Amino acid sequence: MTSRRNQIATQAARDVTLAQLDGSNRGGQWKGAVFKAVLVLCITVAIVTLVAVVLQAFFTGLPRLDMNLIRNMPSSIDRSTSGMQSAIWGTVRLMVGVAVTVVPLGVSAAIYLEEFADRTKWYVRLIELNIQNLAAVPSIVFGILGLAFIVRGPLDLGFVVYAGSLTLSLLVLPTIILTTREAIRSVPGSIREASMALGATKWKTIWKQVLPSSVPGIMTGTILALSRAIGETAPLLLVGATVFVTYNPDGFFEGAFTSLPTQIFAWATRPQEEFRILAAAGIIVLMGVLIVMNSLAIWIRNKFTRTW
Amino acid sequence: MSAVTTPDPQGDIVSTPSTTHADPRSGLPDAPSGVMETVGLNVYYGGFHAVHDVDLAFGRNEITALIGPSGCGKSTVLRCLNRMNDLIPAARVEGSVNYHGIDIYGPKVDPIEVRRRIGMVFQKPNPFPKSIYDNIAYGPRVIGMQVDNMDDHVERCLRQAALWDEVKDKLKESGYSLSGGQQQRLCIARTIATAPDVILMDEPCSALDPIATSAIEDLMTDLREDYTIIIVTHNMQQAARVSDRTAFFTARPDETTGNRTGLLVEYDKTSQIFENPRDQRTEDYISGRFG
Ligand SMILES: Nc1ncnc2c1ncn2[C@@H]1O[C@H](COP(=O)(O)OP(=O)(O)OP(=O)(O)O)[C@@H](O)[C@H]1O
Ligand SMILES: [Mg+2]
Repeated sequence: MTSRRNQIATQAARDVTLAQLDGSNRGGQWKGAVFKAVLVLCITVAIVTLVAVVLQAFFTGLPRLDMNLIRNMPSSIDRSTSGMQSAIWGTVRLMVGVAVTVVPLGVSAAIYLEEFADRTKWYVRLIELNIQNLAAVPSIVFGILGLAFIVRGPLDLGFVVYAGSLTLSLLVLPTIILTTREAIRSVPGSIREASMALGATKWKTIWKQVLPSSVPGIMTGTILALSRAIGETAPLLLVGATVFVTYNPDGFFEGAFTSLPTQIFAWATRPQEEFRILAAAGIIVLMGVLIVMNSLAIWIRNKFTRTW
Repeated sequence: MSAVTTPDPQGDIVSTPSTTHADPRSGLPDAPSGVMETVGLNVYYGGFHAVHDVDLAFGRNEITALIGPSGCGKSTVLRCLNRMNDLIPAARVEGSVNYHGIDIYGPKVDPIEVRRRIGMVFQKPNPFPKSIYDNIAYGPRVIGMQVDNMDDHVERCLRQAALWDEVKDKLKESGYSLSGGQQQRLCIARTIATAPDVILMDEPCSALDPIATSAIEDLMTDLREDYTIIIVTHNMQQAARVSDRTAFFTARPDETTGNRTGLLVEYDKTSQIFENPRDQRTEDYISGRFG
């Protein structure tokens, strides 16, 4: 008797559950399908465009992707053997300048904000907010700033490589600060506590425990920041990257300079076919460098990211 | 030493040191010798009164256990003893914590110096992301301790922490390559590497299996010869097994705010607490009727 009743109860529970779990009569299922289709369409358009641009540049530039490109200086006379050595060296110098400027500056700022700043103070919050906003400011604005304050104005460096480096440093400073803060924050409190409990000072704890653990994150951020800086053209045009330089920069603080993107820009605006090909070849080089840098960043992140 | 009487807020005396009972651990004095003592210790987190009026004395070469239900402020009291609570911005400490008669919250006292003398082992093993060797060597290096031979020093600390035989062939490997129990012993070795006077342990075995726990308990008994040990534990058997004295805390809701403020109920020799508690609340807790 009881077992029969149990059976009925079990069967009833099963039927109800089945009815509840059945999703076939749920309204608006097609909405999900349409939404998904739109998303797939968007990503397809993005990828196809990207591949088309890359391929177009690649096949256009391929004929001039030779040693002359690296060995020779830009020349408007020998168009078929013209190179871009001065642009390559200009970019290398620019990036060295950016790295040595922005890493100490950005890391220090991040340490201050993460470890020392009192976040209940209004000015600290204002600074944090502005750093985030700064990352969204158009780069040309930094160019104007660089022209007014670095090339002329207070610093008065003139149109030299380091003026370009400083301008680009301002541009990517928020990136470094934000990524470094992220890296510092991911070091667990238990490590700091362990160090402090041994009698280490706060400074020693930061220097010996927090920063070493943050190095992979800082490196990733630095590479990403440099890869943003390396492609910038507009601010450099303002602070003196000359479009046509036939010699390598003399140093960080003297002489005219050019850079890869400015050189490409100069060639691309010329009507002659050879220059168009040169521009495409330059784009391939620049893109190759960018891919290498970004892959390196991803590799470092995956290899050294610690799961505490 | 009269610091072990604790007036309850209601006014009655809830605990007095025993003077009559013989102790299984021969030679344990009736009153602790007083390496450290807290006097009228009150701790606040912002407006929250976490611990009310704790008076405790900790004896030299003794193991003192702090027990009590969760949230009654055991960790809070422990962290006050080496000023780790300074790292929590909202925490505020009133009353005094005397170490060799000096108030470590006094105006001239440097918390860094306090922590060099009063070490701490945490609930969750937290080795540094460095090699086993560097985990030990970090403390002495960072405080500028004079060590004749660092290799010998590392070996001595690891031996004292009963870990040497297990790690002697892989000193260069990461501290994270060890098991949880080994990591905790590494943390203990790291703590004794700076030759502290007092060692604080906050539930050091709570993440460990019975075998690792018993290894650490043996270790504590060994370390008692050289150090003063104060341990927080939820494990009643552990307190009964290893400690010389036991302090029982509980949390009492405030009549007006409803905040649960921790207070010390009873402090005595461990044998006394477990065999013959004076306070009903202690008896309920250790017999498992509460908490
Ligand atoms: N950093 C903090 N900020 C605010 N309140 C805190 C903080 N740490 C602890 N508290 C509060 O203080 C009270 C005592 O906490 P404590 O960690 O000392 O308890 P405990 O006895 O160690 O508990 P458990 O046995 O669970 O570890 C609790 O009510 C807790 O919520
Ligand atoms: Mg606790």
